[in-house]
Amino acid sequence: MATTDKTETAKPQAEEVGWETKVRYFLNSDLVRSSPYWGIPFFLMGIAVYGGIGFNTAISLTDARGLTPPNYSPGNLDFEMYTQALGSSAFLSAAQNNLVLLIVFTTVCLLLGLFLAILLDQGIRYNNTVQTIYLLPMALSFVITAQVWLWIYNYDFGLMNIITRAVGIGSVDWIGNPSIALGSVIFALIWQFSGYTMVVYLAGLRSLPDDQFEAAHVDGASTLKTYIRIIIPQMKEASVSAAVVLMVFALKAFTFLYALTGRYRPPNGTDILATLMVRQAFKLGKWAYSAAIATYLLILALGVIAPYLYYQYRQGSL
Amino acid sequence: MASSSSDQTFDVASLVEDYSLYRISQYVLVILFIGFFLAPLETGIMTAFKTNRAVAETIPLVPPLGEGFTLDNMTFALNALSGAFFNSLFMAIPATIGSVLFGSMAAYGLTMVDWRGQLGVLVLFLIGIFLPYQAVLVPLARFWNNIFPLASMVEPLFVLAPFLQDYHANLVPLIITHIAYGIPICTILFRSYYQGLPTSYVEAAKIDGASITKIYRRIILPISKPMFGVVFIYQFTQIYNEFLFAFTLISGSDTPEAVVTLILPAVGASTSGVDFGIRMSAAFLAALPTLIIYVAFAEQFAEGLKTGG
Repeated sequence: MATTDKTETAKPQAEEVGWETKVRYFLNSDLVRSSPYWGIPFFLMGIAVYGGIGFNTAISLTDARGLTPPNYSPGNLDFEMYTQALGSSAFLSAAQNNLVLLIVFTTVCLLLGLFLAILLDQGIRYNNTVQTIYLLPMALSFVITAQVWLWIYNYDFGLMNIITRAVGIGSVDWIGNPSIALGSVIFALIWQFSGYTMVVYLAGLRSLPDDQFEAAHVDGASTLKTYIRIIIPQMKEASVSAAVVLMVFALKAFTFLYALTGRYRPPNGTDILATLMVRQAFKLGKWAYSAAIATYLLILALGVIAPYLYYQYRQGSL
Repeated sequence: MASSSSDQTFDVASLVEDYSLYRISQYVLVILFIGFFLAPLETGIMTAFKTNRAVAETIPLVPPLGEGFTLDNMTFALNALSGAFFNSLFMAIPATIGSVLFGSMAAYGLTMVDWRGQLGVLVLFLIGIFLPYQAVLVPLARFWNNIFPLASMVEPLFVLAPFLQDYHANLVPLIITHIAYGIPICTILFRSYYQGLPTSYVEAAKIDGASITKIYRRIILPISKPMFGVVFIYQFTQIYNEFLFAFTLISGSDTPEAVVTLILPAVGASTSGVDFGIRMSAAFLAALPTLIIYVAFAEQFAEGLKTGG
């Protein structure tokens, strides 16, 4: 295009640069010329993500509820909803459940995924087919898997209770009993997500040079020792990125819990911040209150993402 | 194993020939885990073809036999879901195409061309991936309902299009929402691919005086075909399976514009309890589009997950 010619003719005047030349330089810069490519998506995404967050914060500072429009006059902006949330036992127990879900779910998924990846990396025949089977749950919607798990946890005819009855434990109310419902939910989520961590670890394992095993074997180290001492420490990057994805998911998991009962209220004892927030907003119409809960959720998520981005930046992989 | 392999090299061929106890236990574990991942789906599919009596009297894992077999659940579920199927595809296909195209463009602008401040823009994209959608739900509902009622604006246009009803207009805000929130992940997926490409092509084209548009159309688009496949499959599964935005933007599961994921939790439920035969049939039918894509393109799906999460 003609733009390249313009830069060449403009260059010789570099000693005394007028503002017109500066503007021309700027307009010909790669920043501006590539802007149609990244600018339009950035604009759309920016409105949706950052505009949405800003709007949400504005609503959380009002008293908006029901169908009345929020009142944005400066005198009416306060942090009442935030303190109200912190003082409510429903919020605190949801936050506690969220924390339990996050820690147990992330830890077990990482360990199981690592185990499966190492297992499949042993030269198992048809390992691609096996990988496809292990990853299958990830292709399904939470709405669908929740239906299947409801059937498995069914008190009278479900697979779980047929097993427990055969073993002699008797029937267990997996979803209805508040003290084990959260465990049942976490178990189903681990079933759905451990294939994902396996894939991440497999990619990590396959990127390692093969001669590490040979070297370790020459030194007389067993396979187990080689994995613990040499291979697993090199999986740090894979672990960190998978952990961030799982932790952020654990914070915002809503669909699975909603679909378990098909109502606004998840099974007894499994309320997390995301389900509490949606119920407050769409069932009770407490827009400002639920916006405040959403802000807390966002802060928790940023607490996970920010160190991760910093870590990536330090690694030079951003 | 330890004694026999200590003098061998650790390559795959020697392992496959090794039928030691260690080897057999590995295969036993592999098969146990196949059972763990497939059993829930197997019980679901078996139950989908059972009569109510067989559901109550047989073990869930056992296939329906003789009088216990029925197709009634399937036909009932198909009738309940057919409209929602069309809605889901009408919503997911344009939303996928839109977000994938925008993602590819943004990634090109952020990797193939260098400028200061790129990193800052990139970080804003990255945060967009991890953002909990709950933090934008209230604004989203208010925006499309009160501030910018797009659905009622485009509704008259839908009468002109064959196959489309005017209620399909209610899906347009959902399509745009999915495009906007899909951009960050698509951008990062394409970016990791573009970073791995050899820069020599692009450098050579630049020296020849090719414009940014020309480089994109003539060089980048043709060589990123495989990545388009990966991102398309990843993104289609995500959008087809998505529930929260549909739940927020569509007025209810009993409305004609409801998508599959929205209808599913209620199918098979009645005042007398849940009919698991019907419910499992519906779940299986709802899973079918993504299952077919997954079985056909498992590698691309795994590739998308690896980089995208």
